[in-house]
Amino acid sequence: MPNKEYKSTRDAYGEALLNLAKNNKNIVVVSADLAESTRVQNFAKKYPERFFEVGVAEQNMLGVASGLSLAGKTVFASSFAVFSPGRNWDQLRISVCYSQANVKIVSTHAGLSVGEDGASHQALEDIAITRVLPNIIVISPLDYEETKKAVAAISKIKNPVYLRLHRQNSAQITEQKSPFQIGKANILQAGKDITLVGCGPILNEAIITAQNLKNKKISVEIINCHTIKPLDQKTILKSLQKTKKLITLEEHQIAGGLGSAILEQVASHYPVPVKMIGVQDSFGESGKPEELWHKYKIDNHYIFQEIIKMIKNK
Amino acid sequence: MKDYSLSELKNIANLVRQDIIRMTTAAGSGHPGGSLGMADIFTALYFKILNHNHELPHWQDRDRLILSNGHICPVLYATLAERGYFALHLLKKFRQLNSPLQGHPHQHSLAGVENSSGPLGQGLSMACGLALGAKLNKQNYQVFAITSDGEHNEGQTWEAVMLTNKYKLNNLINIIDLNGIQIDGYTKNIMPLDDLKEKYKSFGWKVLTCDGHNMKDIIKTLTKAKTSKQPVVILAKTILGKGVSFMENNFSWHGKAPNKQEAEKALNELKKYA
Repeated sequence: MPNKEYKSTRDAYGEALLNLAKNNKNIVVVSADLAESTRVQNFAKKYPERFFEVGVAEQNMLGVASGLSLAGKTVFASSFAVFSPGRNWDQLRISVCYSQANVKIVSTHAGLSVGEDGASHQALEDIAITRVLPNIIVISPLDYEETKKAVAAISKIKNPVYLRLHRQNSAQITEQKSPFQIGKANILQAGKDITLVGCGPILNEAIITAQNLKNKKISVEIINCHTIKPLDQKTILKSLQKTKKLITLEEHQIAGGLGSAILEQVASHYPVPVKMIGVQDSFGESGKPEELWHKYKIDNHYIFQEIIKMIKNK
Repeated sequence: MKDYSLSELKNIANLVRQDIIRMTTAAGSGHPGGSLGMADIFTALYFKILNHNHELPHWQDRDRLILSNGHICPVLYATLAERGYFALHLLKKFRQLNSPLQGHPHQHSLAGVENSSGPLGQGLSMACGLALGAKLNKQNYQVFAITSDGEHNEGQTWEAVMLTNKYKLNNLINIIDLNGIQIDGYTKNIMPLDDLKEKYKSFGWKVLTCDGHNMKDIIKTLTKAKTSKQPVVILAKTILGKGVSFMENNFSWHGKAPNKQEAEKALNELKKYA
C-alpha cells in the first residue's frame, strides 16, 4: 500500500507554509534558531518582514508569538519538539492556551526517529504534556501529504494548536485526494479481528504488520488517529464494537499519549482487551530509526507478535 | 479626554489605594503591597498617558498595557474601575467564584485587561510580540509593559530584553516596579540585580528613572519615554505598601491581605491625604 517515494513531514510543513503565506498575509513565523531544520527558512527568505528570529530562546518565542497574536496575527512558532513544548511548557500554558492565542506550535524532530542525536533530542513526552492543556488541539500527521493538509487546516482556525512533525523521510501512505479533517480519524484499512489505532509515520509499521498477518488469516482494522485532541471517539468506538480488541501504537511514551487518551475517553466506557504499544518508560539512545524502533518495541515485528498473542488469548 | 491636573491625579491615586485595601480585605487574600506601590503610576497611565477609550476597550489603535507581574492586578482592576471600564461595585467580586476579576488577570474575563498573566517573566515577551505586530500592521499604538524587579530573576525577561534591542522596538516602554522586595524578602538578598541601569544600557536600551510616587516626575518621564527613538525602560523607584504606614517596605505585605481592623486603620490613613 505505501507509495515508493519517501518524504518528510517537516518538508511538507515548509512547503505548505510558503504556499499558504502567498494568500494569507496574516501568517507570521517565529523561530528559535532552527529555521533550516524546521523548514521555515524558505518562508523567512521570501517574507522576511513576517519572519521573527528570537534566537535560542524558546520561552521568549512563545511569549512573542502570543503578543503577535494579540496584534491579530496567525502565528506559527517552530522549533524541535524537545524544546517546544519541552522547554516552554509554562509559556504554552499561560501565554498561549489560557490566553487562547492564535498560535500554532509546529515542532519537528519528534520521536525516536531523530536517531543518532540520541535521547536528549528524542521527544517522547510531547503529546502527554500538550494534550492535558485546555483549549489546545493536538495533531500528529501520518505523512507528507497529510501534513500539508493539516498545516492548511490549522491556519484557518483561531485555536492554539500543537502539530507534531518528524525529521526523517517516511512512507507516503495517503494521497493528495485523501480526506483530512481536524478531529476526524480515518480508517486506513478495514478489518474485522482487531482494531489498531495509531498516529504519525510509525503507522507504516502497522501497515507492514497487517500485510504480514494476512497469511495467518488475521484481519486488522487500522485507524489513523491524526488528531489526538479532540479525539474522534465515535470512529474508534464503532471499530471496537466490531472487533472487540484494541491495540494502540505511537512513537511516544505509553504514559500520557494517544493510547492513554483512548483509554480515558473510549475504552473506559466500552472495555475491551487492550495492548498499548509505545516507548515503555525509558529514554531513547543513538541509533538508526529502524534499529531504535526495534529495540524499543514499536516496530512491525513487535506489533506482529503482540497481535498474535491477543488473538490467541481470546 | 479630560486633562487632569496633578492634584486631581493624586486624589485618584488615593482612591485607587483605598479600593485596593477594600478589595483585598473583602477577598481575604491577594497582593496589596505591590499594588499600593504602583497606584501612582497606574493612575498616571490610565488618566493621562495612555491613548485609550474606556467606552471602546477593543479599539484597534489603543495603546496597550501589558501587566507582566499579574499578582498586582488589584491596582489594575481598581484603576480600570475608577476610569470607568466597569462599575466600581464589581471590585467586591475580586477573587470570588464566577468573577471576571480573577486572582491573576485573565484576558478574556474582563474588558480592559489586555493579557493573561501570573507566572512571572512572560509579559515582556508578549509586549515584544505586540510591538512587532504593531509595526507590521503599520499601527501607531505604543506598548507599555509593567514588570517587577523580582521577575528580572527570570531568564525569559532577559531573552525579551535582547529581542527588543534587536528589532529596535521604539514603540515599547518597559516600566519596572523597583520596590526592592520580592515574596521571600529583599531583592538584594534573594537575588541581587545590582545596577539595572547599566544592565539595560548595555543591552541597547534608553534608561530613564523616576520617583514612582511623584506624580509630576512620573508624567514627565512617561511623556519623554513616548517620544524615544529607541526602546525605553523606566526604572520607577517605588515603595511597597506606599500610603499605608504599617505596610510600607514590609515584605510580609507582598501577598497578605489586611484584616478588618488593619483595613480600617489603612483606610483612615489614606483618607487623611485625600
